[in-house]
Amino acid sequence: MSTSIIGTDIIRKEAWDKVTGRAKYNSDISYPGLLHAVQVTSTCAHGYIKRIDYSQAITMKGVKKVITGGYYSFLTGSVLADRPPLAIDKVRYYGEPVALVIADSEAQAKAAATRVVVEYEKLVTVDSPSAAMQPEAPLIHPDLAQYRHVIEQVYPAANTNINNHEKIRKGDMDKGWNESEVIIEARYSLPSADHIAMETRNVRAEILPDGQVLIYSSSQAPFGIRKQISDHFGFDLGKVIVHVPLVGGGYGGKAAINLEFLAVMASLAVDGRPVVVSNTREQDIASSPSKVSLEAYVKLGASKDGILKAGQYTYIVGTGAYTDTGPRMGTSMTVNCTGPYNVENVWCDAYCVYTNHTYVTSFRGFGHSSFSFAVERTMDKLAAALQIDPLQLRRQNAIQAGHTSPTGVKLTESILGNVSGCLDKVEKMINWSEGDRIETDTNLVRAKGVACFWKTSNSPTDAISSATVTFNSDASVNLNVGAVEIGPSTKSTLAQILADTMKLDFNKVHVEMEVNTRTSPHHWKTVASMTTFMVGRAVEEAAHDAIRQIQSLAAIALQCSPSDLTLGEGQVYFKDDPSIFVDLAEVVHGYQFPDGSTIGSQVVGRGTYGMPRLSPLDRNTGGGKPGPYWTPGAQAVEIELDLNDCSYTILRAATVLDAGKVLNPRAAKGLVMGAMGMGLGLGSREYFIYDKDQRLQNDSLRTYKVMRIGEQPEYLVDWVETPHQASPFGARGLAEHGIIAIYAALVNALSRAAGIEFDQVPVLPETIWQKREGMI
Amino acid sequence: MISITGPGIIELKVNGETRQVLVRPADTLLHALREGLGLTGAKPGCENGDCGACTVLVEGWPVKSCLMLAAEAVDREVVTIEGLNNAPIQREFVERFAFQCGYCTPGFIMNAQGLIDIHPDAGDEVINDWLQSNICRCTGYQEITEAVKAALQASRPPISQP
Repeated sequence: MSTSIIGTDIIRKEAWDKVTGRAKYNSDISYPGLLHAVQVTSTCAHGYIKRIDYSQAITMKGVKKVITGGYYSFLTGSVLADRPPLAIDKVRYYGEPVALVIADSEAQAKAAATRVVVEYEKLVTVDSPSAAMQPEAPLIHPDLAQYRHVIEQVYPAANTNINNHEKIRKGDMDKGWNESEVIIEARYSLPSADHIAMETRNVRAEILPDGQVLIYSSSQAPFGIRKQISDHFGFDLGKVIVHVPLVGGGYGGKAAINLEFLAVMASLAVDGRPVVVSNTREQDIASSPSKVSLEAYVKLGASKDGILKAGQYTYIVGTGAYTDTGPRMGTSMTVNCTGPYNVENVWCDAYCVYTNHTYVTSFRGFGHSSFSFAVERTMDKLAAALQIDPLQLRRQNAIQAGHTSPTGVKLTESILGNVSGCLDKVEKMINWSEGDRIETDTNLVRAKGVACFWKTSNSPTDAISSATVTFNSDASVNLNVGAVEIGPSTKSTLAQILADTMKLDFNKVHVEMEVNTRTSPHHWKTVASMTTFMVGRAVEEAAHDAIRQIQSLAAIALQCSPSDLTLGEGQVYFKDDPSIFVDLAEVVHGYQFPDGSTIGSQVVGRGTYGMPRLSPLDRNTGGGKPGPYWTPGAQAVEIELDLNDCSYTILRAATVLDAGKVLNPRAAKGLVMGAMGMGLGLGSREYFIYDKDQRLQNDSLRTYKVMRIGEQPEYLVDWVETPHQASPFGARGLAEHGIIAIYAALVNALSRAAGIEFDQVPVLPETIWQKREGMI
Repeated sequence: MISITGPGIIELKVNGETRQVLVRPADTLLHALREGLGLTGAKPGCENGDCGACTVLVEGWPVKSCLMLAAEAVDREVVTIEGLNNAPIQREFVERFAFQCGYCTPGFIMNAQGLIDIHPDAGDEVINDWLQSNICRCTGYQEITEAVKAALQASRPPISQP
């Protein structure tokens, strides 16, 4: 018998294509006759559009058409329909698309776009989540109450900037505060930031005379595109065909549907001819959706010996000018508002508010990295007030089986995983016992910070996945799923699951890299670190379906009962006597008897999966089941701070997470390290800078600083493996989680080193200096 | 020295072949490679010289092809990722899991290849100096660093035994 490939370092199927330049991404396809559409974007963050004059642009060489917001006026959104794909009458953020110039070449379209003149009448802007909450704040969406609710669970407040209010009411707050001997409260502020996928968003669209709409996109949500394009333009859903090849990074940012609307509008404007719309880097940052901003208030109460008694959490979530998935992220923050700690008395409010900044969408961690910063910084402050070691405070409050989550889910080991196990491991890994603040030189301090996280999916309760498995006559198999390969080796992990379940050689499993919504089975979206679980379950089922078919045919060939047989080594053989077998290749396309007659046909396995018993959250208490399981973990960061010039080096960063079962250790470690790197960037340098008129100032990679090689710490990654019983092999999602608490741990370390409490990110050397000098 | 004032055909020496390509004077080398020659391994990531995804070798030196005009590359040897054939750096990237989405990979590999050719003895400081011109948003850089070091090691002549 072959040994299992689960838990081995499988090299991804498309590895060699990616190192030879042969891997094709969406923007690598170009052909004569493809028209180019270029966006004209707003230079004003809030204002009425007084005039758009494209009379000169339209006469320029190669220009086919210029379209503006009135051309196809509808409002779109994944929660609340509030966004026109091209601004209508009003702009609400700097970078908002206001017109589209379609020309024969990109150069021609770009040249003409510079000649489109737009005049604005400026309105007063809203520059922060708390400003949006002020009673006298300008209303960014005066028609908020009229907007269509795309999902039921969204609660905008008419005549305010609040587009959703979600709450948790658990336990008895009076009792909790009465039992609290120490109470800590603090406020935090986290700015918006960008995904910076290296491939900017780009879409081609074409409408055929027979009514078929072809869309080629760099997206995490091909099936979502199909639905929204069908809904908004009135095309039959089945006639909209969305293709997604390999995607050059997403991190949640490509789950939003935005350029797709523009590409279809553009194609419609030129009689269905193929048109491509691509973001420049600047547009990808300023115009397409980004990460939420957050202002948080956290109040924690504990007994003198450091047992949490009550927690109040207020999250004011800046969604920017439109909602997209912002309200869902607000909900996601409430669901896990306490962090992975047992708090029996919980009062949480998440207000999602409009501001005049770039609108937001899902971002790695789905809101968790933002609120976890507030919780984990407060835990450190509580530890200091109690004079308890911060790691110990976390350990003694770690949530465990038998407790209930803030939404009332009764937790088991399988559902929750092992929080304190992760803390124990990370404690050793970072050598916590040597002390969390050590002066190494006259002006140098080495310090450590720790923080914990947990996350469940918050997926729609009707999210579904499927898989099909078709056999080739050489007994190799084709795996087709609707999940996109955005980078985490998803498709190869699914191939591992299939190979192991069917006892096939991994090299005999071929995966279809492209998603085509007509031929690929459905998958709701490639998000939320849920693909290995959801699609993995469908793959397992498809494998078992195929096995049954193979056993049935082989049983005829071997004159036995199907249950006498098993698969392995390319054969179907008797369980108790492997020397009696038929080659797999002889039965996967029907079995031919010695006389030439044939029975059966191609083996085609099908599998589907929908998550059972998830429930929407109660309007008044937040009670309900938001996801199938949690992935918890503990993180630590060690830094060295120069007290002279306030510069610092991130020396080591550690993550231990409960992975349930690690299917591909090196790929998994890579994902966790990458997420940690991104989080350390957010903690140390990345943020959107606005001028006084709320125009984004750093919309290029020269001014928006990301971490570069040599600036990364030494990464330490390890696992706890508490299986989630309903997942393939027990695996929990892990692709996002490395980001969640890492910058909380970083800022805990920096606060410890400097002896100053930092309650915002990023913490730049300037921040440390200004705070030390009392300037901020 | 060539002079083109409107769209015109130039000859580029790419990956050992001389090929003709129609360009505008303002077209970048990146544009000519991708749109004119179908060599899409070099990627646009910022078209501003900030991300390095479009890196190719020109006369052996890494160049951001979004910052060079196609016309400037005439009479110079250009090597793109498609011109590397099973180079140690490619193998190391595969075996050390040095990419995820893969979009920045051709640029990183070409920059690293230039480094290996020009500074085979590069230490940490030189490696970081060179590779800081490229951005990877997926990996956090640990595996890339390991892959480059391993490829450097592989390219050095073995120390002869006394």
